[in-house]
Amino acid sequence: MAKRAAPEVNAGSMADIAFLLLIFFLVTTTIETDSGISRKLPPIPEENVEPPVLKEKNIFVVELNKNNDLLVEETPMEIKDLREAAIKFLDNGGGAGDDACTYCRGAKDPSSSDNPDKAVISLRNNRETNYATYIAVQNELVAAYTELRNREAQRLYNTSFVQMEKDLTDVNYVGSKEKLKEKVKKIQALYPEKLSEAEPKK
Amino acid sequence: MSKFKKKKGGELPAISTASLPDIVFMLLFFFMVATVMRQNTLMIENKLPVADQVEKLDKKDLVMYIYAGKPSSRYQSSAGTQARIQLNDKFAEVSDVKAFILAEREAKREELIPFLTTALKVDGNTNMGLVGDIKKELREVNALKINYTTRTGDVGQNFQ
Repeated sequence: MAKRAAPEVNAGSMADIAFLLLIFFLVTTTIETDSGISRKLPPIPEENVEPPVLKEKNIFVVELNKNNDLLVEETPMEIKDLREAAIKFLDNGGGAGDDACTYCRGAKDPSSSDNPDKAVISLRNNRETNYATYIAVQNELVAAYTELRNREAQRLYNTSFVQMEKDLTDVNYVGSKEKLKEKVKKIQALYPEKLSEAEPKK
Repeated sequence: MSKFKKKKGGELPAISTASLPDIVFMLLFFFMVATVMRQNTLMIENKLPVADQVEKLDKKDLVMYIYAGKPSSRYQSSAGTQARIQLNDKFAEVSDVKAFILAEREAKREELIPFLTTALKVDGNTNMGLVGDIKKELREVNALKINYTTRTGDVGQNFQ
């Protein structure tokens, strides 16, 4: 067998391959966006305005002390149980007459909240509380609201609230966004997020 | 019968390097796309806490960032070991937050001001006292939309 010189490889299509890869990566990589828990701070109350009086039973006190212990209604609790306890409180619907809640599925305990519109979660923390713990508690409370909203969205519109919010920002959503927005507002009104934060204790 | 004449000599021909620029450009483009630009050099530790009920922060031009945490080891000799606030590229006091928000607002178009969000990028190991102080300052300048920036994941990771 005689030795044969290797023929030169045609490199003309190399650029095509390079562009193919480039386009593939362009399409598949996403620039990282930040995400987090969005909250709205209460505006500074105007002077001479009396804060509205709330019934004791409509307030769900969540307290974090300086040792990062969670106290719910003055009894210690594990963070993993907080979501359930918050749902139980919000969904209680113990009111009668005008305050009655037609869609609540809670225990209707007269010593707990009247309806979700009146129920307020009060979150108190100490100056020494760890930020990560605080975020975990915030997260559980938001999760409680989301779970209840999901349930109502499922009942009324046969979809989840999370999905509805996702559709609202989706450009490819088929259907009227106006209508969807109204639906989202309606669900939000059923379980309004009422989370009050007291100034941290010294 | 010399149609299939053999070339003389067995040495390999040089490999063409004409496509090398393509490869280099491809890599360049890839990294250009995949990298996230950091607006601020962090002078503090910034290990964000974990949450799963998160919302995305789109529209980066409408976000103001406030960082807080313990100064990183390089700066501990000058800034101490207590948690500090970082605005833009320098350490700041709580009282500087107001001026920072007002300056940021000044730089934005007027009609966008109501949509501005403040992202709090606070290290998980910070005391709530500092965060509370920042929130109080924000309330005083009416910057009420905030976002506690977190990583996405299971909440249990916060306690490890």
